[in-house]
Amino acid sequence: MSKAVIDALVKRFPGAVLGTATGPGGDEICFVEKGLLLHVCRYLKEEPAMAFNVAPYITAVDYLGQTPRFEVVYNLLSTVHAHRVRLRVKVTEEDPVVDSLCGIWRGADWFERYCLDMYGIHFTGHPDPRRLLMYDEFVGHPLRKDYPIRGRQPLVEERAIEERYRGPGPAGRD
Amino acid sequence: MSTEVKGTGIGTAAPGALDAPLETKRMLINMGPSHPAMHGTTRAVVELDGERLVSCKIDIGFLHRGFEKSCENVTWTQCFPYTDRLNYVSSMLNNVGFAMAVEKLGGFEVPERALYLRTVASEVHRVCDHLTMVGAMAMELGAMTAFLYAVEARDHVYDRLTELCGARVTSNYVRIGGVSRDLPEGWAEKTLATLDRVVLLRDEIEALLTRNRIFIDRCRGVAAVSRQDALDLGFSGPCLRASGEPWDLRKASPYLVYDRLDFDIPVGSNGDNLDRFLIRIEEMKQSDKMLRQLFAQLPPGEIVASDFRYVLPPKPQVYGTIEGVMAHFKLIMEGIQVPAGEAYSYTEAANGELGYYVVSDGSGRPYKLGIRAPVWPVLAALPKMLSGALLSDFVPTFDSINMIGGETEQ
Repeated sequence: MSKAVIDALVKRFPGAVLGTATGPGGDEICFVEKGLLLHVCRYLKEEPAMAFNVAPYITAVDYLGQTPRFEVVYNLLSTVHAHRVRLRVKVTEEDPVVDSLCGIWRGADWFERYCLDMYGIHFTGHPDPRRLLMYDEFVGHPLRKDYPIRGRQPLVEERAIEERYRGPGPAGRD
Repeated sequence: MSTEVKGTGIGTAAPGALDAPLETKRMLINMGPSHPAMHGTTRAVVELDGERLVSCKIDIGFLHRGFEKSCENVTWTQCFPYTDRLNYVSSMLNNVGFAMAVEKLGGFEVPERALYLRTVASEVHRVCDHLTMVGAMAMELGAMTAFLYAVEARDHVYDRLTELCGARVTSNYVRIGGVSRDLPEGWAEKTLATLDRVVLLRDEIEALLTRNRIFIDRCRGVAAVSRQDALDLGFSGPCLRASGEPWDLRKASPYLVYDRLDFDIPVGSNGDNLDRFLIRIEEMKQSDKMLRQLFAQLPPGEIVASDFRYVLPPKPQVYGTIEGVMAHFKLIMEGIQVPAGEAYSYTEAANGELGYYVVSDGSGRPYKLGIRAPVWPVLAALPKMLSGALLSDFVPTFDSINMIGGETEQ
């Protein structure tokens, strides 16, 4: 059902599509070149025959041992045509940077922050590139395969808190 | 003649001083992770100008339990208790979603009775989830009675679930290839009686709230999200349908036995808190309708597939045959050997599209298990939904999106 999407992508962006596949259950998968991801996604959103208006799930996988090591997976959905597609973008360990899709789907925001937090993949153009689930002083990226399941973290220094006099009362007493 | 009172300063103010605008400054308030109104442990830092929210920042991660990492270190079947603890109010929906993802990846078959039982479990837990949301939203607006009715109704359902799977909340009911237990004797009749009681309580809640002047004033028009925005922000489920987009995975891409059931999907129009609340009440009515049809249609048969590659053999065979004991041993010690590959499977959970992205490397353990919590994008959009709202609107909005800490923070 979304074979037409893959065919249209291959025809329109021959340089961007590195390969296509059909996963188990009939999922249509497309391997996309990292540099042309934004163009492909903009086409997928704006072209009326594609109309991928929702990006339900964006995540990353760490294929430790393979080069390139990471893969960012974009699952896209069109509620207009009721078809889905999955884009997979390979990202190397030396240059873990991808373009952010927040300009195309605002809902990509937290998913990209999650990938940054858990895998260390940076998204250029993301409006708020901070860690999402882990605290800011966390060292490392937990979902990477070389992070041990019971990894220990260094002690965190206390954050500098401004001392303020708030007036008479128990809190203001020094 | 001056009204000055000598020695006190009274009467010395400049003319018009009392009418001049007060100097105010914005306050930064932390609605910290441990806060009665923040469902689960979520922190919201709000900047207030008087009572109005200027901006707000949602900080999550206080309940992060390392779900995905833990699942990479256990076998496929051992992941089910982890999935229970995602959306802990409707755990069977999570179980079903995960089982379907693994079955999609491995091409595993599920017998028909198991499909029906999974659908029954899903709809029962959907009712529980919606009851929790409706009750909690009412309580946080001050309508304590509605909360107690909802919790009583949910408790009756929990009694039935205890008989079914052994636990009230963390059910661990579904297995890859079927379900773990068949219905106890007389369970269907007892559950229908329980559903009648739930209907009575739900109607009470509806009568108390849906035409209540105060409730409508508090909720109508607050935090409205347009249809286009909702799609762009990645909403799904009741929050998306409240904004007017009639997208329900049970109708759009039917799974389990939803294509054999007759039900409607309620769709809102404004996308405000009232719509999100009303949609859940309506969905409870539809779930009730579905459950009665399911019990009527329930076929006899096996509850789990009979393929030893992914299902534990029955105990007589484990103790009686070599193949049985070998299969049992391999499945327990090494886990189900799911063929290498990846798959994304999605179901309509109580809050929206619950997606599981499973990657297998051919061994008995997941290589990656990515969970798409349905309420994540909605929570991320909360600052946008609340811009310019009052602080007292923050609480019902936060309730109406039904953020469950467990699934948001995995």
